[in-house]
Amino acid sequence: MLLNIKNLHVSIGGKEILKGFNLGVNEGEIHAIMGPNGTGKSTWAAAVTGREGYEITEGEIWYKGQNIVGMPPEERANLGIFLSFQYPVEIPGVSMQNFMRTAVNAKREYQGLPPMSMIEFTKMMKQKQAMVEITEKLQNRYVNVGFSGGEKKKNEIFQMAMLEPELSILDETDSGLDIDALRIVANGVNQLHNEHNAFVVITHYQRLLDYIVPDFVHVMYDGRIVKSGDKKLALELEEKGYEWVKDLKL
Amino acid sequence: MQSYQFFLYFCKLNIRVFIMESNPKENIIEEVTNKDYEFGFVTDIETDFIPKGLNEDIIRLISKKKEEPDWLLDFRLKAFRHWQTLKMPTWAHLTIPPIDFQDIIYYAAPKQRKAKSLDEVDPELLATFDKLGISLDEQKKLSGVAVDAVMDSTSVKTTFQETLSKHGIIFMSFSEAVKQHPDLVKKYLGKVVPYTDNFFAALNSAVFSDGSFCYVPKGVRCPIELSTYFRINAANTGQFERTLIVADEGAYVSYMEGCTAPQRDENQLHAAIVEIISEKDAEVKYSTVQNWYPGDKDGKGGIYNFVTKRGICRGDNAKISWTQVETGSAITWKYPSCILKGDNTVAEFYSVAVTNNYQQADTGTKMIHIGKNSRSTIISKGISAGHSQNGYRGLVKVVPEATNCRNFSQCDSLLLGDQCGAHTWPYVECGNDSSILEHEATTSKISEDQLFYCNQRGIPTEKAIGLIVNGYAKDVLNKLPMEFAVEAQKLLSITLEGSVG
Repeated sequence: MLLNIKNLHVSIGGKEILKGFNLGVNEGEIHAIMGPNGTGKSTWAAAVTGREGYEITEGEIWYKGQNIVGMPPEERANLGIFLSFQYPVEIPGVSMQNFMRTAVNAKREYQGLPPMSMIEFTKMMKQKQAMVEITEKLQNRYVNVGFSGGEKKKNEIFQMAMLEPELSILDETDSGLDIDALRIVANGVNQLHNEHNAFVVITHYQRLLDYIVPDFVHVMYDGRIVKSGDKKLALELEEKGYEWVKDLKL
Repeated sequence: MQSYQFFLYFCKLNIRVFIMESNPKENIIEEVTNKDYEFGFVTDIETDFIPKGLNEDIIRLISKKKEEPDWLLDFRLKAFRHWQTLKMPTWAHLTIPPIDFQDIIYYAAPKQRKAKSLDEVDPELLATFDKLGISLDEQKKLSGVAVDAVMDSTSVKTTFQETLSKHGIIFMSFSEAVKQHPDLVKKYLGKVVPYTDNFFAALNSAVFSDGSFCYVPKGVRCPIELSTYFRINAANTGQFERTLIVADEGAYVSYMEGCTAPQRDENQLHAAIVEIISEKDAEVKYSTVQNWYPGDKDGKGGIYNFVTKRGICRGDNAKISWTQVETGSAITWKYPSCILKGDNTVAEFYSVAVTNNYQQADTGTKMIHIGKNSRSTIISKGISAGHSQNGYRGLVKVVPEATNCRNFSQCDSLLLGDQCGAHTWPYVECGNDSSILEHEATTSKISEDQLFYCNQRGIPTEKAIGLIVNGYAKDVLNKLPMEFAVEAQKLLSITLEGSVG
């Protein structure tokens, strides 16, 4: 199993947000986590990626056979965990080329590989850019500065393509996307998907799942998964709304 | 005859060293941070020095050792007499421990006389350069950069002399210029920064030991970058160099300066003067990466860098551009300024000042608009970390006659951690209503969001800070000559390592 989360409890500032979260993800699978606002979906993503301030009070996160609780975020990233941010961060003055090159080479360094040559890197960047249909020159633009909402999300998928992670978490990548951008983002994900990697897609809406078809759908409420099923569960949710979930919990 | 420990440091070699650093290595940050000052090996070279202290006899002695003409001795003595009437300024936002000016050696020099060719340079010295990976000879061949190296008080060797003289460009040590081109030196010395200017300018004018002199004749575009490297070497010495750059009508020159000093527990004084004269239609680009020893993590030791730098756009359409990257020194007191005397003149000031640990910096610029339609730009980026204090102090002054002037000032401060301070004191005096002066200022912190974003992409925090800080300083770094820019970028990252988290 690629990712196995056991009884995860996470607190922020002493307030418990995740209350016994369990999830297993195998290579090749696509999982969707759905649920109303404030149920801990983003907290879960932050805990798995190792963000500071998210205190794990109980439970384990097993990834590639090791418990990664306490591991610094960059090491998790270098082990192949990727987060597509809900709100991608702007870094003024840092070009995408410089940023990605630093990231790619950090991972290579972690793997004991020499830095990628500039020629090879430029080629790779061009190729991956095409995958998410970013036609304009990306390399000299500053990280997310002046990007439209759609561009920012496409840029996240582009970075995912560059770093070739085994576990990708997409945190509400669909929010604020128009239908064209949504299709492009989904296409990117589908192209990257293979039997060796897995995706966990966090979303409010069924809409994205028309494009990225999940093997499993989980409904989250009040800090844990309250129901799991297949794609049909997402449709059911769409139909019944999240009020229905609250009853499930009881 | 006495043997002194020498410390040599060339800015350029940073590039090489840092490339080595970027090889895959575990715990590289810790390694670099704990290493303190990278180039700490020493070379024994015979040194000629004079007794400690400052009085007229000492000044006469310095002048005599340098075989100076009477007019220069006279200049020194006048400056000294004036200096005695002055008190050290206290207006800067700096805490400066008392300095005993009688406890400083004002002249120390490698004993060997200035070499005519590389064959005559002290082999110890050359070996040191080689060890650093950069020989003057190699540098000369490879880089196309003319170098004047000033160690302690004298200039060791100026490369590229022949190429320059073909164009009529004079680029040599100050003392040599005094001998070979006394009329030029006399004509321009102290014209931009008179010895009466301030306490440290008076001190420098009295005791200055060497420095660089550059003259680009009418209509000549200097084909290569000129650069000088300054070092303080021997213990208890101060360094007081003068740089004088003159671009005659229609001339162009780009000049770079790098500095360093050995690690010592006691503080050392560096009080330099830089004067730039840009005549009609001429342009001077001055860039410096200042990396004097900043003291240790607890604020012990380090250089006091009290420097007066000023340029004058004397003729119409003249241009001067200052670019500085300040990472070193325990205390920095420095305001590279421009007098825009001619009409349609242009002056620029681009600065990145980084302070970490217990460093203090009070730095900025003055733009004095006298000519009509003159334009100035100020971009200042302060970065404070640790317990340091980092201040920008600037004056934009437009005299009533200087109509239609423009100034744009941008002063940004970036804070790392919550123990440091950033301060901004922009002064504006506008004497007419046809001029437009703009001022923008921001203060920001590196956000947790930015750091986590980088971390999540596999970039460790220390590296992420370097990336973000360099991005922040981009506007200024872009103004540096290529080879300096690379070095400055690395330097910024290194200086801030260990400052967060």
